[in-house]
Formats: sequence, C-alpha cells, structure tokens
Amino acid sequence: MATSEQTEKLSIQQMIEEQRGKKAKKRIEKSIPIILFLIASISVLTTFGIVFTLIFETIEFFQRVPFLDFIFGKEWLPFSNKEPLFGILPLIAGTLKVTAIAVVVAVPFGLASAVYLSEYASDNTRRIIKPILEVLAGVPTIVYGFFALTFVTPLLQQFIPDLKIFNALSPGIVVGIMILPMIASLSEDAMTSVPNSIRDGALALGATKLEVAVKVVLPAALSGIMASIVLAVSRAIGETMIVSLAGGSTPRFDLDMTDSIQTMTAYIVQVSTGDAGFGTTIYYSIYAVGFTLFLFTLLMNWLAHAISKRFREEY
Amino acid sequence: MVQVNLNKPQLKETTDSNQNVNMNNIVYDTKQLNLWYGNHHALKNIDLAIKENEVTAIIGPSGCGKSTYIKTLNRMVELVPSVKTSGQIIYRDRNIFDSDYNVEELRTRVGMVFQKPNPFPKSIFDNIAYGPRIHGIKNKKTLDEIVEKSLRGAAIWDEVKDRLHENAYGLSGGQQQRICIARALAIEPDVILMDEPTSALDPISTLKVEELVQELKENYSIIIVTHNMQQAARISDKTAFFLNGEVIEFDQTDTIFSTPSDKRTEDYISGRFG
Ligand SMILES: Nc1ncnc2c1ncn2[C@@H]1O[C@H](COP(=O)(O)OP(=O)(O)OP(=O)(O)O)[C@@H](O)[C@H]1O
Ligand SMILES: [Mg+2]
Repeated sequence: MATSEQTEKLSIQQMIEEQRGKKAKKRIEKSIPIILFLIASISVLTTFGIVFTLIFETIEFFQRVPFLDFIFGKEWLPFSNKEPLFGILPLIAGTLKVTAIAVVVAVPFGLASAVYLSEYASDNTRRIIKPILEVLAGVPTIVYGFFALTFVTPLLQQFIPDLKIFNALSPGIVVGIMILPMIASLSEDAMTSVPNSIRDGALALGATKLEVAVKVVLPAALSGIMASIVLAVSRAIGETMIVSLAGGSTPRFDLDMTDSIQTMTAYIVQVSTGDAGFGTTIYYSIYAVGFTLFLFTLLMNWLAHAISKRFREEY
Repeated sequence: MVQVNLNKPQLKETTDSNQNVNMNNIVYDTKQLNLWYGNHHALKNIDLAIKENEVTAIIGPSGCGKSTYIKTLNRMVELVPSVKTSGQIIYRDRNIFDSDYNVEELRTRVGMVFQKPNPFPKSIFDNIAYGPRIHGIKNKKTLDEIVEKSLRGAAIWDEVKDRLHENAYGLSGGQQQRICIARALAIEPDVILMDEPTSALDPISTLKVEELVQELKENYSIIIVTHNMQQAARISDKTAFFLNGEVIEFDQTDTIFSTPSDKRTEDYISGRFG
C-alpha cells in the first residue's frame, strides 16, 4: 500500500511539473501585473487631472479676486452689477448649517438603528431591514430634494410659521435622512464584527443586554462607527441636489435656519446651469468654490483615517 | 489589607446559619436536568449535587455535554435560541429556571471563565472594573481597591501593576486568562465556573492557574471542565464523569481515579477511549 501511495504522489508531482512547463501560462503570469498596473494608473491619472484643472482655474480666479477677500469675505454677491463680492464665508455657512442639521438627525437615529440591528434584532428581522436600508441609500438624491421641497417644508411650516419656502432646516433634515442608512449600515457592520466571546464575557458578569451594547460593543466598535459618521458627513457636505432644490440661492452668513441659504454645491449648480460666460470671474469662481469643497472632503477623509488609526481596537 | 465592602462575608454567614436547611452546604443541586438543542438531546437526566468551597471537576470525551452543563448553571446556554430544558437546578435554595428568577442576579453571583481568554478591548483596569461598575460601584478609590485585590487574587498583580492603563490585549494568553479570572473575582461571586480555562495556555501559565484554583477554593466554590486528567486529579475534590450527555459517575476525585465503580469511567481515565 505504501508503494502505491508513493507512485500516486509521484505522478501528481509529475503532472504539476508538466503544467509548470507550459509557456503560455508563464507569459500570462508575467503580463497580468503590467495590465493591472496600467488600469490602476488610469484612475490615478484621472484624479490628478481633475485636481490639476481645479488648481489651475483656481489660481486664475485668485488673479482677479484677492485671496484674503475670498476666505474672509462675509458677502457673496457674484452677480452684482456694480461691485461683485466673492467672500466665501456665506457659502461655507450654508454648507455647515445643512451638515450640522443632518448630523443631528442622522447620528442618533443611525446609531440607535445600528444597536437595534446588531444587538437586538433576530436574524429574520435583520434580513428584512438591512436590504431596505440599502434601498434607502440608493434613492436618487433628486427624489430626496423633491421630497424636501414638496413634503417636508410644508409639513414643517405647520409647526414653524416663519419658515420660508427655501430654508436650511428642511434640506438639513432630508440630508440627514439620506445619510442615516449609511451610518446605520456601516456602524452595524462594525458592531457585528465585535466577537461574541466579548459579549459573553460581559453577560457572564451579570450585565444586561443594554449594558453589553453600550459599555462593551459600542466602545469596541468605536473606530468603525466614527469612520461611518465621518464618511456620512463628507457625503452631507458634498450633497447637491437636495440643497439646490430646497435650500434656495441666497448666500447668508448667519445662524438662521429658517431662511433661504446657499451652499457651495448649490452655487456651483446655479452657475453651471446658468449662462455665465466662459472666462468670466464668475466662471472661475466655481473652481475656487469647488476647490474649497474639495479641501473640506479631503479634511474629512484625513479625519476618518486618523480616527480609525487612533481608536483601532484590538480584539 | 484592602477593605472592600462587598457582600461576600454576609453571604457566608447566611449560608452558615442555613446549614440545617441546606444540607452539607450544597451550592448547586441539579435534579433530573434535561437539555435539548433543537432535537438534539444534549443532557440526559442529570443529577448532581455540588458542594460549597470545593473544586468539582467535570471530565468526559469531546461532545459529551460538559460545556453545555456548566453554561446551564448560569443560564448562558439560553443564548442559543433553540435550547429547551426540563428539570431543576437549585442554586442556594431556589430553582434557577423559575420564571421570575433574575438571570442577571444569578450571573452576578456565579462568575464564569471561558476556554479562550476573552478580555474586553479596554485597559486592564477597565476590564476588572467593568463588573463593579455595571453594578453601580463608581467611587474611584473603591474601584482602585477592587482592582488591586482582584488582580492579586488572580496572581497577576505584580506582572501588570505598572501597566494597568494599557490595553489588555497587549498581554500574553496566560496573562489574559488570569485577567479574566480577576475580572470574575472583582464582583466577589459565590461560585466560579471554568470551562477548560487552561486549554489555550502553556504549561507554566497552566500551573499558575491551577495553583490559583487551589487558593480560590478557600472562598469560592469552583466547577471546572477539563480535558486534562492529571489536572482534574491534581486540583479537584470531586469529579464527575460525563458521557453522551449523562453523568456516569460522580465521586471523590481520589475514588474516581483509583477505584472507579463504572467500567466506562475506568476506560476513559485510562485512556482507552475519548
Ligand atoms: N449551539 C449549539 N447548537 C446545537 N448543538 C450544540 C450546540 N452546542 C453544543 N451542541 C451539541 O451538544 C453536545 C454537547 O456539546 P458541548 O459543547 O457541551 O460538549 P463538550 O463536552 O463541552 O465538548 P468539548 O470537550 O469538545 O468542549 C454536542 O453534541 C454538540 O454538538
Ligand atoms: Mg466544551
């Protein structure tokens, strides 16, 4: 028996040897990394291309508008006939208002859903709810925008009579609803990946389910949760359709949530869909605003990275 | 040395005065326990009376229901949704299956150490303080005392006293397991359940945990599952031999290992099967 095993082993080794000898296979093996590298370079080059365009056009903009006027200016009046003003603070204020409201809506509800799904829901419930969340995340933003303008704003006006038809509150809430599934789903992933042995350890000490969720699972999943929030925030910052439709186009530098605003993204839409001529200051201004937006999302990405490094839990 | 006002001494008093009611200081009296995972009958008519301040070892081949049995003692087994039980487990005069029995309270009095060390991804200090904290002990000084006392109790204080605020995952497996024992000691339980606590440890750590078990039985009742026959012989007072979900033999450890009355026990301990 031992010898037959021996020969069988040998012959398999021989077959493998024969396979290895084939030239075509070798050539494919060698060319694969090169092909993959080329494909990867395309996306990297595209990114560089976009960033460089953004930078060049922004530089052009700053030859017409002083840099300090741009970053410290409290008035954004690009269409003024007498003296156009390009102070970006009102646009940033618009973006931050919407983002802040969205976070206030999305974080508590998103985390509560995540805790429910990962710690309380039965497998069946989870199997039903998770895909619904994903569908919710896939609704086109134009639909959300419509929803904000034609449903949420009138509804809110029932309670806040002063609320203007265009305002920060309604798109803020709807952006919050839009990013909620993202926070819920990603946080749920982070929480389900906390090993059960750790939950058992806490339960065996007489902890209740809630104590396990809040004092063991949440902290253990913190880095994933924070990353999900930061990602959601950067989506809120970049959100365009909802704020264009329901936020209005009146840049203002204040804390008023009930009046018309304009966000950075909404301004870019306004100019791009309007008839500002190529080469005008207004034309270049959208690049400067776009670049500012880019810096914001870059900051959020960096933050997400730093957070997940800082809080990396080891289990 | 460290004065911590926890319920242990009072508890001893009450049980001592109850001696007549609670014959021979039985902590756990299992009566006609049956347990099913779905249709799988995992524990069959278990009768087992476990005494206070003793080390009770549970031995038996893989899959015979040892883990299932000790997880039933603190009702952790109910985390498996398909589990059904019948019979009684009387813990200190009350059936733990009573519908109004508070599971959290049971688990507060009955600590557990798992096969694989499972510290929380927190600092060593927070690991030990977790139990006391969830049960409402917040005072910093009291917590400091509890942490030191528990770590000393688990024979790991000297190794970790300078790094209490580092993550427990930076420790070796053997140290982690002793942290888990300290975590269980921190709420001064009445009983400690251990499911193969040394199976993931090296011989030296194993020895340390074994010595620890010997010391702990002064104050605690310990039920320990082990695959290691020598370990059972070394550290336990009583041994229960499980086979296919049944208790084949339960007696003094000496008797089990020298003159077992059942042929199957003899076969198992002499390594003829399992
Ligand atoms: N969660 C579960 N669902 C279904 N069956 C289970 C479950 N856990 C254990 N069982 C079954 O119950 C029986 C007893 O398992 P248990 O884990 O108690 O064995 P054990 O004696 O601890 O074995 P080992 O020495 O390998 O740890 C086994 O047949 C096992 O397959
Ligand atoms: Mg087991």
